[in-house]
Amino acid sequence: MVGRKEPSPGLLRRLDDMARAAFPATGTVLLMVLAAGPSGVPALVPAVTLPCVIFWSIFRPGAMPPPAVFLLGLLQDLLTLAALGTGVVTLLVAHGVAVAWRRFLVRQSFMFVWLAFCAFAVGTAALGWVLTALMAWNPPGIAPALHQAGLTAGLYPAFAFVLSRIHGVMRRAEETT
Amino acid sequence: MIRLSIPLRQALARLSLPVLIAAAFGTMLLGKADALLAERARIALADALAPFYAAFAQPARAVRDGLEDLQQILVMREENARLREENERLRRWQAAALSLEAENAMLRRQLEFVPERAPAFYTARVVADGGGVYARAVLLSIPPEMQVRRGQIALDERGFAGRVTEVGSRSARVLLATDMNSRIPVTLEGSRVRAMLVGTNGARPRLQHWSEGTRPAEGERVVTSAEGVAFPAGLPVGVVRWTEGGVAEVELFARTERLDVVRLFDFGLGGILPPEAVARPEPRPRR
Repeated sequence: MVGRKEPSPGLLRRLDDMARAAFPATGTVLLMVLAAGPSGVPALVPAVTLPCVIFWSIFRPGAMPPPAVFLLGLLQDLLTLAALGTGVVTLLVAHGVAVAWRRFLVRQSFMFVWLAFCAFAVGTAALGWVLTALMAWNPPGIAPALHQAGLTAGLYPAFAFVLSRIHGVMRRAEETT
Repeated sequence: MIRLSIPLRQALARLSLPVLIAAAFGTMLLGKADALLAERARIALADALAPFYAAFAQPARAVRDGLEDLQQILVMREENARLREENERLRRWQAAALSLEAENAMLRRQLEFVPERAPAFYTARVVADGGGVYARAVLLSIPPEMQVRRGQIALDERGFAGRVTEVGSRSARVLLATDMNSRIPVTLEGSRVRAMLVGTNGARPRLQHWSEGTRPAEGERVVTSAEGVAFPAGLPVGVVRWTEGGVAEVELFARTERLDVVRLFDFGLGGILPPEAVARPEPRPRR
């Protein structure tokens, strides 16, 4: 390597980078904890978690690494009364699929991403249902899973609107530095 | 940070997802094998989050109250119209009541009507349900300075509940109108028909022995009758309800299932006294 060494980044800039990198996971945790409060809507926690995880997995996979998804899934299982591990498996699978398709999905319009997300929601709910059925060894009612899938798919546009604004702000901040 | 060669790091990154999925399945098995562990983790998390929720509860309540206020404001117009209409109706009734009161006073003046004195009453606390030989009876705790005698009438805050059948030095037992042994002479308030109120041990005593040719009307008010000199006339008892099987029953005003305080009235009546419930003969006090 020839030439001058790059100057080491200042403290403020390093803090800024850290905040940017940590925001997706911490913001998701905060939303999940808020959703677990007494809101009167069942299945709100998974319905809040999935849009955040999928959005960040598609648009900023560096900030949503698999270990973070694992911890988010664990938190979801602990906040809800689901069998321990089902949320972890479903979220990790969804994350893996989203990361695999991200090069294709990033270039699509919002409508198409939403449609793909609806498929994600249905698939996640179905996988969760199958896992719960396997764990309990008898099939649970299908209505809660449908309700969860519908709620998740319906909540995505609101999340995508806010999160894409935040994502845009982050990208601009990265480009200027 | 540990420095790793780039291919190794890439391989690790590619491996991390499958490894984590395997770990997730391991978590599932762990949660299945040791349900207590998941429960303990949940409780620990809930403990950690409790202060957060407590801090969050205040603004959440404020928001909810605000929304409720908004809803109330939206229906206020409707409510106002309803209240105004009701007020109008009540005003008419008030006028009717005032004119009737004036008429009553005038008639009393003309008839030299001697008003009854207000009956004395004590309030006693119900300390136990049931017990004794009766299925539907309550035990009252009586302070020593309180003069209670058999035949006194117990009313709760809504209406007739029963009669005192046994008196001890610190307690008294009240036979409720719902007991199978209870027979109360009653009058149907609208038609002035006399009848007997017969307890069945159920929640609603039956109406029997009414005068022929007059059928008690559904929803008619039932009050006590002075026949037999055991009760004063006109204590509120209940309303007539016809069952599907065609039996006339009375829905009592008094909540005999959950009495906690009753008023014992002494009307000074010594007609038919209830029979002694205990086998031990007790000399009747002479009055």
